[in-house]
Amino acid sequence: MHPVSLRQVGKTYRLGSVDVPALSDITLDIRQGAFTVLAGPSGSGKTTLLNLIGCIDTPDQGEITVAGHQVQSMPDDALSDFRARHIGFIFQNFNLIPVLSARENVEYPLVLAGVAASERHRRVQALLDAVGLSDRQHNLPAQLSGGQRQRVAIARALATAPRLVLADEPTANLDSHTGADIITLMRRLQREQDVSFVFSSHDPQVHAEADEIIFIRDGRITGIEAGRDTTRGQA
Amino acid sequence: MNTVSLALRNLLRNRRRSLTTLLAMVVGLVAILLFGGYRSNIIYGTQTGFVQQTGHLQIQRRGYFVDGGDNPTAYGIADYPRLLERIRQAPALAPMLVIATPTLQLGGIAGNFSAGVSRSVMATGLIPEDRNRMMQWNDLGVVSYAQPLPLAGAAEDTVVVGTGVARKLQLCALLDAADCQPAAAPTVLDGAALPDDIAALSLLEKAGPTAPPGNRIEMLAATARGAPNVASLNVIKASNMGIKALDDMYMAMHLAQAQRLIFGTGTPQVTAILVQLKHTAQIPPAREVLSRLLAEHFQDADLEILDFDTLNPIYRQTNEFMDSMFGFIALLIGVIVLFTIGNTMSTAVVERTTEIGTLRAMGLRRAGIRRLFVCEALLLGIAGSVLGVLGALLIAYAINHSGWSWTPPGYSYAYLILVRVGEDLPLLLGSVTGMLAVTLLSAWWPARRAARLVIVDALRHA
Ligand SMILES: Nc1ncnc2c1ncn2[C@@H]1O[C@H](COP(=O)(O)OP(=O)(O)OP(=O)(O)O)[C@@H](O)[C@H]1O
Ligand SMILES: [Mg+2]
Repeated sequence: MHPVSLRQVGKTYRLGSVDVPALSDITLDIRQGAFTVLAGPSGSGKTTLLNLIGCIDTPDQGEITVAGHQVQSMPDDALSDFRARHIGFIFQNFNLIPVLSARENVEYPLVLAGVAASERHRRVQALLDAVGLSDRQHNLPAQLSGGQRQRVAIARALATAPRLVLADEPTANLDSHTGADIITLMRRLQREQDVSFVFSSHDPQVHAEADEIIFIRDGRITGIEAGRDTTRGQA
Repeated sequence: MNTVSLALRNLLRNRRRSLTTLLAMVVGLVAILLFGGYRSNIIYGTQTGFVQQTGHLQIQRRGYFVDGGDNPTAYGIADYPRLLERIRQAPALAPMLVIATPTLQLGGIAGNFSAGVSRSVMATGLIPEDRNRMMQWNDLGVVSYAQPLPLAGAAEDTVVVGTGVARKLQLCALLDAADCQPAAAPTVLDGAALPDDIAALSLLEKAGPTAPPGNRIEMLAATARGAPNVASLNVIKASNMGIKALDDMYMAMHLAQAQRLIFGTGTPQVTAILVQLKHTAQIPPAREVLSRLLAEHFQDADLEILDFDTLNPIYRQTNEFMDSMFGFIALLIGVIVLFTIGNTMSTAVVERTTEIGTLRAMGLRRAGIRRLFVCEALLLGIAGSVLGVLGALLIAYAINHSGWSWTPPGYSYAYLILVRVGEDLPLLLGSVTGMLAVTLLSAWWPARRAARLVIVDALRHA
């Protein structure tokens, strides 16, 4: 089963009296356990598409199925709970909660999901080890570098062991060296945890790591390409 | 990492803003509590004063309170010893009763004929021991200015007058020198200027040891049969009655003396039975008992029971005045606090828009966002309440020990300024509850706005 399926999905923004079609007629299946990249020029609709997949925005047309659930008509609370259980987010600006330490930021989704404290501590420790931040776990986000913050964000996105992790330009605010480290880390964790990653990027480094690249232009899919790494089977 | 600790950390993160908001709440609460405490002190003081003077309930002839004023003979209670006995014996009343005592109110003209001056007075015939007992009532623990009547144990012709009366009658020996201009010289000798018949009556009344001539006065009143009657009285004290209008009219005498003046050798009567209870709140049940007692045993006497509020309309008026002032101040401060917290929370919501979007994306429900901000405001509210109450108690303590005083309107001497914050539990609870309610109210809209933010818009917020 595909973690994400979109059928004839469309999204239009209204700016005053002008309709701006951000996405039209998107039909797409995301492969299970793959590292999928959305590529396209600025304004092509990458963020809009990720938001729809992430269930934080709703389409104007079409159907979206995430982890086997039709999500486009779910009520808000159910959708919130659904996100807490199935979807992890990584943001371009890291978006860590500034008053929480690195460790607490990673722990927060587990608190939201109602995981017991002992289990929480075990998971958080494992993730902090995995992203190499055990020694900085008590630092506040403001006391961490950009790369370190994004590592915390990655650990946070993976905390609840979601089916799907979404990242909108996760390396855009990092220098290329740090960005490459982050991509490598995400790639490693994606494989270890067998989770589906979808993210948008202009970054050729990222494209090189992808299992699948989806090209978007003017809100339409213009092509899907298998990435360099084709060792992993089709789901 | 629960909602409370998250809220607390956010408050601490914006230390200066939180402190400013807190300060507004503390100042507001302190102002409300201090004024409230001051109001309580005035209301308690007024109540205590009236209870000491009039008791909680009075039994009078029907209509006396409204029409009877200076006409004791038309509204006398002849059967009063039996009534008193019944009241004192009533088992249902006993646990509530402090004292029941008779009184006779009469009007007359007091004259210091040696100085050639006179003035009309309202005299109260009373049992001094009973009244002194009544003046010890202090259920509300106020600083009482009441002084015992020196009539207790004194001869039957002794009286106490208001300082205003003493001044008018030039009883200089009883007054501060500054208060009195004695007549240049005694212009007439005792009785010489009186009409013959009154002088004769006065002579009949003369009894007991003769007081220093300066303090002897004559009291002229109408008897039950309409004839004039005179008593020679010995003024042993001039007391300041607080309210000037009263001070210029007041005279207290022994009940027996008053009865002799009005009823002569006939059956002595009284105009009222004063009933003082242990607690003001006991008025309704006590009234119930007395009503039954009157209905059972004194059906023909045409008596009525007047309660504290009726006897002292100014008490309720004072209350209402203080309440309206308190309400106005509380409202004003409430509105200020409302906008201060509302503004603080609104700013917080705007500043943390991206954070709100992030939390929502991670799966925090709308209610969770709302809870976070309401919780922040509530923490502020609780901290503000605690500090406000402590501050008010501290300042109240300082004021109460400062010895500040003032002279209330219509009063002729100064009162200590006291604020009763700590003793007024309803005030404390009410103000704190009000403060917390205002906090919740003012946080509600910003919290709601935060909860309803569109996630993708919030995340795009720079
Ligand atoms: N809230 C909005 N209101 C109006 N138009 C919007 C809104 N959000 C996006 N758009 C429009 O939708 C289109 C797609 O935008 P989107 O942000 O998805 O592009 P993108 O591919 O993520 O671009 P970039 O690489 O610059 O991030 C653009 O034309 C954009 O102007
Ligand atoms: Mg984008």
